[in-house]
Amino acid sequence: MSTIPSMIGSPIRRREDPRLITGRATYVDDVKMVGTVYAAFVRSPYGHAKVRSVDVSAAKERPGVVAAYAAADLIAAGLNVSIPVAADLPGLKKPAHPPLAIDEVRFVGEPVAVVVANTPYAARDAVEAVAVEYDQLEAAIDLEKAAAGPPYVHEDLGTNVAFVMPVKTGDPEAAFAEADVVVKERIVNQRLIPCPMEPRSMLAHWDTGAAHLTLWTSTQIPHLLRTNLALLLGLGEIKVRVIAPEVGGGFGAKLNLYGEEIVVSWLSTQLGRPVKYIETRSENFAAMTHGRDQIQYIEVGAKKDGTITGLRMKIFANLGAYHQLLTPGIPTFTPLMSPGCYKLTGFDCEVTGVFTNTMATDAYRGAGRPEATFMIERAIDLVALELGLDPVDVRRKNFIGSGEFPFTTITGLTYDSGNYAASLDKALELVDYKGLRAKQEELRKQGRYLGIGFSTYVEVCGMGPSAAMPAPGWDSAQVRVEPTGSVTVMTGISPHGQGEETTFAQIVSAELGVPIDSVSVIHGDTDKVQYGVGTFGSRGTAVGGAALKLAIDSIQAKAVKIAAHQWEANPDDVEYKDGKITVKGDPSKSMTTAEVGFTAFRGVGLPPGLEPGLDATRRFEPPNFVYPFGAHVCVVEVDADTGEAKIVRYIAVDDCGRVINPLIVDGQIHGGLAQGIAQALYEEAVYDENGQLVSGTFMDYAMPRAHQLLAFETDRTTTPSPVNPLGVKGVGEAGTIGSTPAVVNAVMDALAPFGVKNIDMPLRPEKLWKAMHANSNGKVNE
Amino acid sequence: MITAAFEYYRPASLDEALRLLGGRDDAKILAGGHSLIPMMKLRLAEPAALIDIAAIPDLGRIDFDGKRFRIGALVTHATLAANRDLEKNAPALWDAANHIGDPQVRNRGTIGGSASHGDPSADYPSVLLALGATLSLAGKSGSRDVGADAFFRGMFDTALAPGEILTTVSFDAAPASAYAKYQHPASGYAMVGVAANLRLNGGTVGEARIAVTGVGDSAFRAGNVEKALAGARAGDADAIKKACSNAASGVDARSDSQASGTYRAAMADVYAARAVSAAAARG
Repeated sequence: MSTIPSMIGSPIRRREDPRLITGRATYVDDVKMVGTVYAAFVRSPYGHAKVRSVDVSAAKERPGVVAAYAAADLIAAGLNVSIPVAADLPGLKKPAHPPLAIDEVRFVGEPVAVVVANTPYAARDAVEAVAVEYDQLEAAIDLEKAAAGPPYVHEDLGTNVAFVMPVKTGDPEAAFAEADVVVKERIVNQRLIPCPMEPRSMLAHWDTGAAHLTLWTSTQIPHLLRTNLALLLGLGEIKVRVIAPEVGGGFGAKLNLYGEEIVVSWLSTQLGRPVKYIETRSENFAAMTHGRDQIQYIEVGAKKDGTITGLRMKIFANLGAYHQLLTPGIPTFTPLMSPGCYKLTGFDCEVTGVFTNTMATDAYRGAGRPEATFMIERAIDLVALELGLDPVDVRRKNFIGSGEFPFTTITGLTYDSGNYAASLDKALELVDYKGLRAKQEELRKQGRYLGIGFSTYVEVCGMGPSAAMPAPGWDSAQVRVEPTGSVTVMTGISPHGQGEETTFAQIVSAELGVPIDSVSVIHGDTDKVQYGVGTFGSRGTAVGGAALKLAIDSIQAKAVKIAAHQWEANPDDVEYKDGKITVKGDPSKSMTTAEVGFTAFRGVGLPPGLEPGLDATRRFEPPNFVYPFGAHVCVVEVDADTGEAKIVRYIAVDDCGRVINPLIVDGQIHGGLAQGIAQALYEEAVYDENGQLVSGTFMDYAMPRAHQLLAFETDRTTTPSPVNPLGVKGVGEAGTIGSTPAVVNAVMDALAPFGVKNIDMPLRPEKLWKAMHANSNGKVNE
Repeated sequence: MITAAFEYYRPASLDEALRLLGGRDDAKILAGGHSLIPMMKLRLAEPAALIDIAAIPDLGRIDFDGKRFRIGALVTHATLAANRDLEKNAPALWDAANHIGDPQVRNRGTIGGSASHGDPSADYPSVLLALGATLSLAGKSGSRDVGADAFFRGMFDTALAPGEILTTVSFDAAPASAYAKYQHPASGYAMVGVAANLRLNGGTVGEARIAVTGVGDSAFRAGNVEKALAGARAGDADAIKKACSNAASGVDARSDSQASGTYRAAMADVYAARAVSAAAARG
């Protein structure tokens, strides 16, 4: 690796932010085209019902309405498709998932018809003129009941179980035989709703002259979306262009191909006009993928000294009514990451994926790993409580040692690098653990309940090796040195808030010695950028950044050849140093990338046989995932009068390998903590027994505001990854994954004097108040 | 979130507004729009016409003569939250104004709009009850005054008759007053809100007016607490706590996914004590 000057590691302000915070960024809804018509969807008001009839004739008669279609109309016109699922498992049941429901609706919000009108208002009004006759059916809502028997979401399957995945490794029988205690618990990881600021938004334009479709859509995966959309619509891939302009948050929920994207694209081909669809917030709550939703029965075997021997788990994963792109794949991450940063000798797990009459679950910040981390970090605390040990000591006792990397876990993953004790030590020092325990003791005497909670997490990201992924796992970068010396980067990832326009420019600036303002980073347009896989699974820098590094290496190698030729020097004696090309040991000979770039452009003075131009396209195939880790400490005080848990300090010591931009890393951690804390204390998607989404507005769904959080204290350790040439690990999801158990552990620690061991998330004040005020009969004392 | 179609009027005078309103029963008055517009976007409300009263002179004024406040219906929460006279002389209302929504909501939402809407979880109704406020309602045949006790009648139900517009809220200075709010974690409205207005005689409570919002179908006076507080020492936290028990007695407390009725009722006691202690400390 060449020397990287100080541009790497600098807290440079995000170049994306001025346009974002002054309202001058271009989102899908800001793209205006003459002649645009607007789509609106008629959606099921029932969780489960037969559709007896759909009549769009009255809607068509309304003023301003251009067209209206039910499922039958789509099929008659040749669009008979199923929304794709990319994840696969042995024996996986894959029921058809039409973009408009045909004869049965299976969740509230499922589209049954679409209307198109000259204004969004006329379209919305026309929705009410579509007559749909339903026969309501009994809904399968409760996860465990749905796993056990009818009613069935898909009657023809004769079961709600979509798959059962066993993972048994090591010697669980022996592991439990040597355990002194076995701790059992039922852990609930509740359903969450991603709530990006920008809901799903799309504009499709069928150019009738060119017979070419452009789809602007708020997505994390423009290229994968193009490929799938072209196949579904029967268009050649070259006839489809997908553009992800500014994307107002995705969190995994825009790592998908939605039925609405298919329908809106198709409508444009039929009508020959641009068709726009911007979903409402209510639709976003009901019909964009949800996250989490698992129930885990766990048994943890431990020796008296705190050594964890084995782990048994039975996991029920709520898939919702249909598969979306990765629905069944998400819960399969959970067993793989369940051992956390600990050594076990026996592991026995079974994951059951279950259909229910709810919106599909899919990737949501962490995607299968928060469920693992929450479980194991809670389990460690439950073992400590059972054995009367300090939870810090139990963690230390079971850590994989810093000298043991790369470490192959009991579930078969190879952790790339780590130093778990170092991050924990740093966090303990920052929080003054000894002093805090003394303060806790003192406050308890005054009837005040302070709690200290830990989470020492490790997570898997930088997705990932192609062989281990449902889609290609590599990503791409093209670097072009322009004639005037500015540099264009085309990246195959699709940033939507992660800040790679800045970090990638930093990398280029550092490596090629060009001013950062001379570097442009372009992404999110399939007609501009070479194929790339997109942004998800904390892969942007770990995979896309690594591809960029490879492209820079190629540029540097060519630049060295050109410079050596100019100087009549041996290329082996020429090198890039501090952003300049020089002859080793002769500082008088020096050229800039811009100078070499111009020579390469001019095509005069190049070594014989060397092509003109200075650019390179490279792809990085990750040989492994990366495994960021860290230690979080949460300090809460629970108000005995109200049960409110107030976080008084939050210390996050994270290790994401080499840091390109600490400001952006901190920003990612802050956002991640907010979402992780939100799960612990506030958020929960609730369906009633008929499948109505009770928490379908921000009046009911408690996504926290800034004042419900606090000033986080962040710090880091740096353990480079050997997996990629930058030494980086992902940081997009780490804060979310690490924080939830720290908060819950802290609250349980606060309530220890009341004999409380476990309360399901979210830890609403009423639940804590009841636990604190219950008498021995479990009744609330007034 | 797209509303149904509606006509829009922006009268320049109260008379014109009343004339427009009186002519039809499908119109709604638009003030700050922070309750009505969201309901229209969800199509829970589909008024055929909106009569925007923003251009009517004098409805945005605050008058204080050293004894009594007269607050125009169009005064925004942000204006109240920044008013020094209010902070000193009727801090319960100042507290409430400071804790409504977020800066955007406070910059648009108005006291008249909130009071007229009659939301059972709004902050102001309890404060206006505790302050013993008078609400002036203009109608075709003149203006009438209604006390807060008679104004807030039930869920989204007030004493406003068809064709009437709330113009002014007035009340006497209440320096020993406070509003304590337990914010709903999702909506930001009061899950429980208690306003306390005390008349202190030396170190003891002479008269107390205590009102609770967020718990019942409408804000209500906690009569038993008011009685129990009489004669309590202002600095005696235990006595105040004791007097504030069963603040919601006789009220059918509402439940939602965040808090049950049982919990809301219990929190009414906790927040009553907090409001009373804060009010006593200001006396």
